[in-house]
Amino acid sequence: MLTWFYSYMRRCDLEQFSQQIVNGISLGSIYALVALGYTMVYGIIKLINFAHGDVYMVGAYVGFAVTTFAGIGFIPALITSMAACAILGMTIEKVAYKPLRNSTRIAVLITAIGVSLLLEYGMMYFVGAQVRSYPKLLSEEVLTIGSVIIKMQQIYIVITVLVLMVILQYVVKRTKVGKAMRAVSADKDAAQLMGIKIDNTISFTFAIGSALAGAGGVLVGIYYNSIDPLMGTMPGLKAFVAAVFGGIGSIPGAMIGGLSIGMLETFVAGYGSSKLRDAAVFAFLIFVLLLKPSGLLGRDTKEKV
Amino acid sequence: MKVLNKKNILTLIIILIIYAIVQVLLTNGIISSFYEITIATICINIILAVSLNLVTGFTGQFSLGHAGFMSIGAYAGALVNMEMNSNMGFLAGIAAGAVAALIVGILIGIPTLRLKGDYLAIATLGMAEIIRVLFLNMDDITNGAAGLFGIPRFTNWTWLYIFTVLTLIMIDNFIKSSQGRACISIREDEIAAESMGINTTKYKVMAFAVGAFFAGIAGALYSSYFYFINPTMFGFQKSIDILVIVVFGGLGSITGSVIAAIVLAVITTILQSYSELRMIIYALLLISIMLFRPQGLLGTKEITDFFKFGNKSAKVE
Repeated sequence: MLTWFYSYMRRCDLEQFSQQIVNGISLGSIYALVALGYTMVYGIIKLINFAHGDVYMVGAYVGFAVTTFAGIGFIPALITSMAACAILGMTIEKVAYKPLRNSTRIAVLITAIGVSLLLEYGMMYFVGAQVRSYPKLLSEEVLTIGSVIIKMQQIYIVITVLVLMVILQYVVKRTKVGKAMRAVSADKDAAQLMGIKIDNTISFTFAIGSALAGAGGVLVGIYYNSIDPLMGTMPGLKAFVAAVFGGIGSIPGAMIGGLSIGMLETFVAGYGSSKLRDAAVFAFLIFVLLLKPSGLLGRDTKEKV
Repeated sequence: MKVLNKKNILTLIIILIIYAIVQVLLTNGIISSFYEITIATICINIILAVSLNLVTGFTGQFSLGHAGFMSIGAYAGALVNMEMNSNMGFLAGIAAGAVAALIVGILIGIPTLRLKGDYLAIATLGMAEIIRVLFLNMDDITNGAAGLFGIPRFTNWTWLYIFTVLTLIMIDNFIKSSQGRACISIREDEIAAESMGINTTKYKVMAFAVGAFFAGIAGALYSSYFYFINPTMFGFQKSIDILVIVVFGGLGSITGSVIAAIVLAVITTILQSYSELRMIIYALLLISIMLFRPQGLLGTKEITDFFKFGNKSAKVE
């Protein structure tokens, strides 16, 4: 493995390799943010929240709106967008998913798809379908180490993601509401018997997950410099793949998964064909599912009769 | 049981009457060519929805990749059809599309059907995406993103109707056979079915392959009706559209799928002129149906269960 790696490195020079790693990390950290929302929601109500990718799109648009029309800077824009998405996420949960808490999972899934379509085409109706270029909120400077180009943007993105993840870890591990979240995802009924308010906890989970997606939306807007109402679909699916790879329900798993998918995508695009990168991500997903369906850090669940 | 019993003769008569009515309306120009497209869409969607219903509704295996099989049928059908350019070629294209989809269905089904629930859904979604990207990249065969143009049109109302009715009859018979009952038992309780000696993997793959086969037919009909195809037509959205028909009609109800396919196509046609608003209304409709009637229009019942004539399981397609 190692010898293969070295010969590979020699063949395609080190600089290009490092460049791909830099790009992979910055893209992957955004995927990780979105994947966290998927994994938390799935962990707690066992729903693939198809609307999550579109919450991320709304986040990007909120960031766009406040920076273009109110002219505020990066951090206030990020916070506004996170807050707006948190409210949106909670509303979606209250209106669309809560009444279906006791129906079949496929019914909830179809509802999630409905919400996703509603957000996409609602946004298209109000702001138009055209691609918009995102305001340049972060420094345009470029660091050059050897011939590896690191944009300051990429560094800021990774730092932002790291800060958000530290905050998230703190909330989940150290606070009372985080404890409630973990309890509900481990055993809903037992948690309820212990006096945990299930509904509030689920709302809170949606709020956090959606806020992270909102942040991801702003960051991706800055990174790719363009947004459109359908931008959420593909990254949403890929973030879900990341969540599955890391082990659904596991927060560190989502981070590892996000980074891996980001790397995989940039490497396939860099060394293979950029047209094949989506296929590579899904092929990777199927490979993972077949080898270890519970993902890297997921818990194995035993089938009970 | 006699083949020509009262029930079957009645079914046959109704099938012929529906055909005759639409045929007369078409030849007299009462249904304009604009609405003819709606009829073609309805027929193709019925085939797709009923075949997906077999997998998701009756066997309980959640698939989000039905459009992938449709695309295989569409491409195989179109390539054969363009090569031969005759009625025989059209039928050969449909056969090629169906068989190609069947083979891919078996190949995909064997590894992925070990997965359950949401994981299966995501795996099938991934498979469909991979199929789409492969079509996108096989430039010399599929002409890449631009797609195939000028596919000769042989699909007409008669062929559509014949294939729709054949699909309905065959899937209905499959469900009522012992294999079909095995599939239903897997949906009800996989562990119990397994302990009763049912080879669950075999029947899951069987249902999946049969579903893929008919999706392939639908794809071939589609390509020959709409002149051109490209990979984007068979993306994730298409799989969702098919699933929506199935869930709207009721998982495990064939007549439900038929009604849902008709209702949704009519709604789409009515809303045609509103473009973006159309999708918003569609989405709102979807959410409200799920909120107020999560089991779909008919649940697991068939329309004939509501009229008690003859045998309780009697069915008019």
